Amino acid sequence: MFPLLQLDGVGVRLGGRQVLSDVSFTVGKGEFAAIIGPNGAGKTTLIRVILGLRPTSAGRVIKGVNGAGAGRVGYVPQKIVIDSDIPLRAWDVVALGLDGHKLGFPFPSRRRREQVEQALQDVGALGYADARVGELSGGEQQRVLIAHALVSRPQLLLLDEPLANLDLRSEQEIVTLLGKLAREHEIAVLLSAHDMNPLLPVMDRIIYVANGKVATGSTDEVVTSEGLTRLYGHPVDVLRVRGRVVVVAGD
Amino acid sequence: MLTSGPVLTAFLIGAIAATTSGVIGVFSVLRTQSFAGHSLADIATTGGAGAFLVGVNQFWGFLVAGLAAATAMEAIGVQRRRDRDIATGVVLGGALGIAALFLYLGTQHTSRTGASFSILFGSIFVVAPDTVPAIIAAGVVAVATVAVLSRRLLLTAVAPELARARGVSVRLTGIIFLAALAVVVSLSAVAIGAVLSTALLVGPAATALRVTRSPGKAVLVSAVTGLAATWTGIALAYESYYWPPAGHGWPVSFFVVALVLVAYLLSYARKPRRMPPRSPHEEAAECSPA
Ligand SMILES: Nc1ncnc2c1ncn2[C@@H]1O[C@H](COP(=O)(O)OP(=O)(O)OP(=O)(O)O)[C@@H](O)[C@H]1O
Ligand SMILES: [Mg+2]
Repeated sequence: MFPLLQLDGVGVRLGGRQVLSDVSFTVGKGEFAAIIGPNGAGKTTLIRVILGLRPTSAGRVIKGVNGAGAGRVGYVPQKIVIDSDIPLRAWDVVALGLDGHKLGFPFPSRRRREQVEQALQDVGALGYADARVGELSGGEQQRVLIAHALVSRPQLLLLDEPLANLDLRSEQEIVTLLGKLAREHEIAVLLSAHDMNPLLPVMDRIIYVANGKVATGSTDEVVTSEGLTRLYGHPVDVLRVRGRVVVVAGD
Repeated sequence: MLTSGPVLTAFLIGAIAATTSGVIGVFSVLRTQSFAGHSLADIATTGGAGAFLVGVNQFWGFLVAGLAAATAMEAIGVQRRRDRDIATGVVLGGALGIAALFLYLGTQHTSRTGASFSILFGSIFVVAPDTVPAIIAAGVVAVATVAVLSRRLLLTAVAPELARARGVSVRLTGIIFLAALAVVVSLSAVAIGAVLSTALLVGPAATALRVTRSPGKAVLVSAVTGLAATWTGIALAYESYYWPPAGHGWPVSFFVVALVLVAYLLSYARKPRRMPPRSPHEEAAECSPA
């Protein structure tokens, strides 16, 4: 397997505090990995480090096959609030994913239109392509933002809490969609979430963040009472009930 | 009417002020920087009054004050929306105090009491012909700048974080935009006065954003709305010399601002566009228990 993303002993200091230390993991082509951890654990920080938006204090981040460069990286940030009166259709937002960083006017071409429509179709958002993006529901906006990230055909897709604010059904649909993208388009998908349960059916690798450290591997390897107790540094019990995983603080 | 040189110049200057304000106005409303635009206009008053005091053309005063204020606002810190409003307010307060002083000194030392009026409410019929090329050049540069940056401005408006992830310097984009905004505000300060130039900046843009859905169309509708209001305003002001009280004429800025307001109110008369019908599946999802 070709690692598209590799972190080697990465440490991050923020405001004089060591937020993360010794983070190492890889994500390969077509792999679905999830960063799981409680609020404030450092999930967003980790994703921003991978994007190069936060400096590391130690270690290195290698992107692309054999470190051949970033390739294309798609990104869906946490908690975007889109003004309801912003004069952009869902279509425009996706088109900005293709060339929003460029200068000058976009050259309207058939190829450009097809790429945008394909991305909207991939996420099942073609039906509201012409609606104002600020007037769409939270779940619909989430799809449009995923299409925005997907349209440039990235090798690596980073999503920060894409399941927050979704109802059960949208949550399942988005998870299924992302799993399908990882497999069919051979994209490496790395997302963050505070609850691992919705992701269990598709997740290949878990990166569990707590207490400034990470534990990584398959869910069965990482999410055990002993493993998480070591990570958190205090007693933790992992219960598996009806196919769900529940992590509770022990005593 | 069209044979008079000053009137033709007025139509030309009016067209430049209206179209540039219309274009850049859409982006400033989109970026929620209407307040910054308004403040730049008020601050331009300081420059206009200062220019009058030292005896140079008001346009240069508007321009220098606007650009200086844009730099100051950016330097104080405009990363977050709230900071942006605070920075704008701080610079605005200081500048208006100086404007009051300049206007006072100006009217004390000369007999031209009309100066305050032309700074505050425009002087489109008495634009010095030698500033016309500079006004045209400034308008072209400002619109070209915004055109070149248009996609980055839109992406930043959706979410700055998305722009940053694409390697766009959100800060630099913001500074350049603010400078272009200062230039455009100076242009419309010449046309309808510093105090009312916000009307030309925000009114047509707000109207366009109500009736259009895509950014390209919004820019077009905004520019055309501003142009129509300004040209009609100039024509009415010219005609008003024959209205009572005879021989005085009503100010251009009054007509322009009134027409912009009418256009905005008309946009409400238009039936709101309905959302495209959703698929039954999505309706069902919305009703299902979360
Ligand atoms: N700019 C900053 N300066 C100082 N500390 C910061 C900064 N940004 C984040 N932190 C701290 O770093 C830690 C990790 O924050 P981060 O946003 O990565 O958490 P998270 O896992 O994404 O949380 P959530 O689930 O709430 O999104 C938190 O304790 C936060 O207070
Ligand atoms: Mg976070």
